[in-house]
Amino acid sequence: MTTAASPAPTAAVRGATAARPAAGPPRRRLPVGRLLAALGTVPFLAYLLVFLVVPTLTVVVGAFVQDGRPSLSVVRDLAEPAVSAALLNSVALSAVTALVGGVVGALLAYAVVTGPADGLLRRLVISVCGVLAQFGGVTLAFAFIATLGISGVLSVWLDAHLGTALTSSTWLFGLEGLVLVYSYFQIPLMVIVFLPALDGIRVQWREAAENLGASTWQYWRLVALPLLTPAFLGSLLLLFANAFAAYATAAALVSQGNPIIPLWVRAALTSEVVLGHQNFAYALALEMIVIVALVMTGYSLLLRRTSRWLG
Amino acid sequence: MSALPARVRDTEAPQPRTGADPAPSRPGRSPRRAARARLQVFRVVVLVLTGAFFLIPLLAMLDFSTRVFGGPGRTGAAWRLLVTDPLLRGSILTSLVLSLLTVVGMLVLLAPTLIWVRLRVQWLARTVEFLCLLPLTVPPLVVIVGLTNVTLWLSYLFGDTAYWLAFLYVVLVLPYAFRALDAGLAAIDVTTLAEAARSLGAGWGTVIVRVIVPNIKTALVSASFISIALVLGEYTFASLLNFETLQVAITQQSKSNAQESVAASFAAIAFAALLLVGLSFVSGGRRGGRTVSPAPTPSPVATGSGPGQPGAGQPGAQQSSPSPSSPGEPR
Repeated sequence: MTTAASPAPTAAVRGATAARPAAGPPRRRLPVGRLLAALGTVPFLAYLLVFLVVPTLTVVVGAFVQDGRPSLSVVRDLAEPAVSAALLNSVALSAVTALVGGVVGALLAYAVVTGPADGLLRRLVISVCGVLAQFGGVTLAFAFIATLGISGVLSVWLDAHLGTALTSSTWLFGLEGLVLVYSYFQIPLMVIVFLPALDGIRVQWREAAENLGASTWQYWRLVALPLLTPAFLGSLLLLFANAFAAYATAAALVSQGNPIIPLWVRAALTSEVVLGHQNFAYALALEMIVIVALVMTGYSLLLRRTSRWLG
Repeated sequence: MSALPARVRDTEAPQPRTGADPAPSRPGRSPRRAARARLQVFRVVVLVLTGAFFLIPLLAMLDFSTRVFGGPGRTGAAWRLLVTDPLLRGSILTSLVLSLLTVVGMLVLLAPTLIWVRLRVQWLARTVEFLCLLPLTVPPLVVIVGLTNVTLWLSYLFGDTAYWLAFLYVVLVLPYAFRALDAGLAAIDVTTLAEAARSLGAGWGTVIVRVIVPNIKTALVSASFISIALVLGEYTFASLLNFETLQVAITQQSKSNAQESVAASFAAIAFAALLLVGLSFVSGGRRGGRTVSPAPTPSPVATGSGPGQPGAGQPGAQQSSPSPSSPGEPR
């Protein structure tokens, strides 16, 4: 027992076998004060526990319970052809809209960044994008029904002038329609998340590259694009998660069938028993959590990478 | 802004062919000028095309909702229904009350907690932030699936009224409100203010209510605006729990009168747009021309924009900048 003789703080680190002194004076005081102060956050934590943590855990646990006992049968039903097709559709829809929104949004962000830094255009675009990125849901669905629906303004006009057959087509209410409609909130979201990365590109890097004799093309290929790639990929993942979790727009637009997973959740919630299971909504919700969590993890990893240079 | 011309320069980029070598020795500036011209063309094309994509549906809504089907002329009948239709009127009222309750709940729950965490419980800051941003990662649809037991309790305690939805909406708006409030708190020196007040004999309650809160008024207003906008647009919770909020009424009405639904949709967007643009003025007003700090921390990115509710960006984008660009904002 050398502890008593060595009060140096390093002793505890060095001697793994030595018993720690029971009463370290500086350690004693802290926890009590800390814990008392922490009581102030209890209402907040309790609220989130009830309304966020418990529901999430309910889903995770509920997905593995059938008739009151642990079972894999509910989760196994996710492999049902109709459900897995919906999952595939969901992933495809999210990926396509993330790509479309990502590319168009990045171009738009670039067009904005190259303008005056505090100009009216920049402020306007950022404000408008902020509004439009929020503009999901039912209202967006009706905006497109009024535009390209069966009696939509643009459908009627295009049919009269270009000979299309939009007024007799229901494409808007299927997956293709969802791609178009989702783009409407994906592009502005991309502008908002990608703009800071573009802003982070320093003029000095460009100048340094030029001083070393780089051409414009070399600068972009060797400096700017590698720097922007993590930010771009991260933004794509964010857009993917955004589209994957979106529900209201699809719910308002698609009234027949369940082409995507969120609509399966609706079916499972409103009709109680789907595929012979009461808990099927839990399994579907779990599937959504897992996918969104995976994507968001990738996102935050890429983000860390981005902030190394463009922070 | 000395950065301006330079920034414009580094944009010849998407056209790799431009002035293939920027040979600094050559006196002629024409390749540069050509590149700039090309850049301008690129900008105009992109802005016009995306502008059209975003504008056409909005204009179409206006046209659609005032059209007379099978005849010429215009009619305001669909718009009048917004006030006269009892279903729609009732739902608008419900949604407004809900947004008010949500704002109150959010402010009461979040503001004191965040201030307290900054003042006394720094070591919990990461946890609180994580929890506040968690709703972005858990889709609302998932929350509603898992909430069955809680909603049973709520309807048991409060009866069959839509107003207890506000409890759930507080969670929904949490990430957005958190960002607004957190940015507001980061912009002032909370510790110094609190120490000054305490040394003059103020208790913790006084510090929070009479010293800190007046200093983050802008942030409180921003958080409230974004919450109202979100609640007015919320559909997932309300529809799956069968409550007639504005968005639910709009969908129901579409089966009998599509024009009315479109009119109501447009009104809802216009109102939300007003709120959010107002928000950008509230939060951007004091910054003067300094909208661009050289490298705004990518906190709208960092905190993650929202899966679930489309678009987390705006409050983040608007709010994150006050901290780097104007450290001593309201004071």
